[in-house]
Amino acid sequence: MNKHETLRGILRYLRPHAPLLALSIVCALVNVAAQLAVPFFIGRAIDFCLGADNVDFAAVFRIFAVIGGCIAAAFAAQYAMSLINNRVVYHVLYEVRLDTFSKFQRLPLKFLDAHPYGEVAGIVLTDAEQFADGLLLGFTQLFTGVVTILGVLVILFVLRWEIALVVVLVTPLSLFAAKFISSHTYKTFKRQAEVRAEQTAFIDEAIGNLKVVKAYTHEDENAAFFAEQNEEYRKCALRAVFYASTPNPVTRFVNSLVYAGVALTGAILAISTAGSAAAFTVGALTTCLSYCNQYTKPFNEITEVLAEFQNALACAGRIFALQNEEEQPTDESARDLGRARGEVALSDVSFSYRPEQKLIEDFSVSVGAGRRVAIVGPTGCGKTTIINLLMRFPDVDGGSVTVDGVDVRDMTRRSLRKNYGMVLQETWLKHATVRENLCMGRPDCTEEEMIEAAKAVHAHGFIRRLPKGYDTVIGAEGSLSEGQKQLLCVARVMLCRPPMLILDEATSNIDTRTERLVQDAFARLMEGRTCFIVAHRRSTIKSADLLLVMNAGHIVEQGTHEQLLAAGGFYAKLYNAQF
Amino acid sequence: MELLVPLVVAAIVDVGIAAGDIPYIVTRCLILVAFGVAGLAFALTAQFFAAKAAVGASALLRGRLFEKLQSFSYTQIDDMGTATMITRMTSDVNQVQAGVNMTLRLLLRSPIVVLGATVMAFVVDWAAALVFVAVTPLLAAVVVGIMSATVPMYKKVQGRMDGVYLATHENLAGVRVIRAFCKEEDEERAFARRNAQLRREQKRAGRIAALTNPLTYALVSVAAIALVWVGGVRVDGGILLQGDVVALYSYLAIILVELANVANLIFTASKAISCEKRIEAVLAEEGEPDVLAPAKDGWSADAPAFAFEDVTFAYHGGGAPALHNVTFSAKRGETVGVLGGTGSGKTTLVSLLPRFYPASRGTVRLGGRDVKSIPAAELRERVGVVPQKAVLFKGSIRSNLLWGRKDATDEELMRAARIAQAEDVIAAKGGLDGEIAQEGRNLSGGQRQRLTIARAIVRRPEVLILDDSSSALDYATDAALRKALSALDTTVIVVSQRIASVRHADKIVVLDDGGVAGIGTHEQLIERCAVYREIAASQEKEGSL
Repeated sequence: MNKHETLRGILRYLRPHAPLLALSIVCALVNVAAQLAVPFFIGRAIDFCLGADNVDFAAVFRIFAVIGGCIAAAFAAQYAMSLINNRVVYHVLYEVRLDTFSKFQRLPLKFLDAHPYGEVAGIVLTDAEQFADGLLLGFTQLFTGVVTILGVLVILFVLRWEIALVVVLVTPLSLFAAKFISSHTYKTFKRQAEVRAEQTAFIDEAIGNLKVVKAYTHEDENAAFFAEQNEEYRKCALRAVFYASTPNPVTRFVNSLVYAGVALTGAILAISTAGSAAAFTVGALTTCLSYCNQYTKPFNEITEVLAEFQNALACAGRIFALQNEEEQPTDESARDLGRARGEVALSDVSFSYRPEQKLIEDFSVSVGAGRRVAIVGPTGCGKTTIINLLMRFPDVDGGSVTVDGVDVRDMTRRSLRKNYGMVLQETWLKHATVRENLCMGRPDCTEEEMIEAAKAVHAHGFIRRLPKGYDTVIGAEGSLSEGQKQLLCVARVMLCRPPMLILDEATSNIDTRTERLVQDAFARLMEGRTCFIVAHRRSTIKSADLLLVMNAGHIVEQGTHEQLLAAGGFYAKLYNAQF
Repeated sequence: MELLVPLVVAAIVDVGIAAGDIPYIVTRCLILVAFGVAGLAFALTAQFFAAKAAVGASALLRGRLFEKLQSFSYTQIDDMGTATMITRMTSDVNQVQAGVNMTLRLLLRSPIVVLGATVMAFVVDWAAALVFVAVTPLLAAVVVGIMSATVPMYKKVQGRMDGVYLATHENLAGVRVIRAFCKEEDEERAFARRNAQLRREQKRAGRIAALTNPLTYALVSVAAIALVWVGGVRVDGGILLQGDVVALYSYLAIILVELANVANLIFTASKAISCEKRIEAVLAEEGEPDVLAPAKDGWSADAPAFAFEDVTFAYHGGGAPALHNVTFSAKRGETVGVLGGTGSGKTTLVSLLPRFYPASRGTVRLGGRDVKSIPAAELRERVGVVPQKAVLFKGSIRSNLLWGRKDATDEELMRAARIAQAEDVIAAKGGLDGEIAQEGRNLSGGQRQRLTIARAIVRRPEVLILDDSSSALDYATDAALRKALSALDTTVIVVSQRIASVRHADKIVVLDDGGVAGIGTHEQLIERCAVYREIAASQEKEGSL
């Protein structure tokens, strides 16, 4: 992501706010005009204070009235401009965050699995924030700054072209300096953002799993590692912050040159023109010097902002790089599956996460509607990967998966997944109320249906005992045990009643007594639905219509429990191992 | 130095121009340039130290925060929540860094400049300088007023930020379930809602903060009018020269420039202060004390390996006790099974031994000593826990296993892996140097579980707790694991829902709804304990593969 693309990205976000930004520029103009008028009139007022008993108070007060008006205008314009800029920036920040978040929803799981959550979430939080900070500062100061500079130049030319010329000749120096420095700061800021992302990822892992860290008294080691990382970040940040702060003194220096030049030219002019018709008065010199100050101020600010802006650019670059990540292929042209009958076939499926490491090869199986398939095999043989392929979490590399005879790649992911109900070993619940979690798949279900589902999995009792019953908010690490969470996950699927079910170790955390009670509900749920079950329990396996025995990515055997036991192969060996 | 500039200019006006002395003017202008060079050198030095101080301060703050958070007890972790801990460590500290840097760069300079300009004004003319004196408290009032209004607002902004982070993190962690339920759009809507709340707070705070600049500008400009007026009167009275008024006005202009900088600073500073307060709140928390009670008893070789004596425990704010009146003990080298239904208090029970939570009533003893009197590090050195949720950390297999004991040799690691049935996991990942992704996400649940067991075995603890740690293992692996564990001379606590996992234990504690339903061997319990019989019956038919 180069700077140019990043700038284009920023412009894309700003475009909808163009009218407001235009208004902001108008405000900047008014503000600057008013602010520039003030020293002019003050100079005029001073010109009326010539010496003892030679002050024209009437004229001075007339000028004061005008100055008062200018101040009021500047006040109003400044405030309006700030409000507009605030609005634009916070809206852009909102949109950037929202777009990034929606991007997550469309990224392939492969990408999300490969990046630490902390690093990715940090982009939504920190990078977006730093970007907005830079943008806000940029708007507020850049607009006013540029307009001020131009305005001052115009006035100086009108006042005295010789002085204006001095100013114009010296100032490019500060621009060169600023440009030179800012090109360096961009690099340091980029590095800073990268190191910060690594640190955020570590913080996320170490603080997010603090309980494990404490259980292993690994606090000291983590603190030591963190200190090391922190030190590296400190060094990067020091470089970035210092470089960012250098343009300001440098421009200040150039400004002092400008100031001295103006004083010199002005004084000589005043002497040489004394007494002539085009006399350059002391008041006029005051005005010029004051304009010089006014002129240099925006340079200070702009150079300062330029540095901040490098930081914003570096952060924006990270945001846009993420937004440009390749998404999972869209399925807009794909058809809606509707409610499937539930015939599932995999033919010659091959898949691997990494090209050099083959995982699943030549996998074929055909499952009729309403059939119950158990996938068994030793830990790590690829059972979960098969499940993922059914759901299109990744698409297959070779071969095809069909539902009701249609290739799953020809239907929308949404309509495919609507047809599956999934319960996984890992229980994930939203940080929301029990009710919201249960009704996740069917937000329109009635209170009775929800309670019925909770009762079916014997969760109604403990839910009622929670502080606020169904309205208790459960966190990702709330006060529910893993087993209780899993029961809620089962109830969640029960409410959906999809034609196909995927149960991946769905009851591994539930104790057997409860499981037996839940079993009835499960049996009713599985009735007439195509089921894919990954399980260890004997009864579940025995009741399956078809057993797929997997080892190292291949189906090594398939058949019913009795057939396979009689065959005395791999499955029989596995089965008998427990006795 | 900058403050002398107007004086030099006044000299140019009053002496140079008045006398038409061009060499005088040239030398004075060269002095101005010299001032500029010196100013540059000083400013760069100042900037460097400001940056060093700001970055150093935030690094220190981050380090202290990290250590403080690590010292939190489980109860404190539960109460605070990890999302806010993480935003405090990242977003809040960054804001403080920006604030300190800006403050050092400007606040150290600006008040000096403002004060200096005021003093210089007094040198020129005391009456006109009174205008400066009058306007300063007004400016201070504006600054303080706006800051005190915005600081609490920015605190709210950061609070909303916690929400945004939580939503993002949760979404990433639950991505499979969310996609399975086609909830992407709902998630986006929910995120948009939190995001909009954040934006609303930001805009509210911004509205107030935006007043700083115009207000200070207006104040100083009005002061300029007053200054010229007073100056005019004094010139009229023959006390001041015209050049003096020019100098006075220049001082005011300098003040104006500084104030504009300060006004920009206020925005950053208010944010930094509110973030600092959130960090301060964490730092002010008392971490987990090393010991909770004075040591009364020493280690005793005859004492049971561990003992629960009439222990009752209730979670903070959890209402009814999660565990009540539990009494049992185990001899050294014994294997104790803890069995019970979902939510019966098994995990709570084993959390009390390493004192993750202190018992509310009763005493938990390790080797005869009250665990409350054993320093946390030593206690956890002696008690190894394999938690229910198998989490590994970014690094290599070796770096993860070394969590158990820093100085363990590769042979020891492999031996532990052999006991934990994790040899093939290590082989599959290409040896001990095999890479582990964050939280071990590049491993399956079963692989992770076995490595976490190995990690605990490396520690060679006196008591090893397996909290339902073999749920993702197939039956054969689980059986082999149990056999290998029984060969160790460690006291082992096996928490499980499967009778098969505990039936060979020397002692089985059956929990039901937080109370002990029965203690004994498998045979004794089958005979005496109804709950156990019921569980056994339910599993008789089940079995597993």
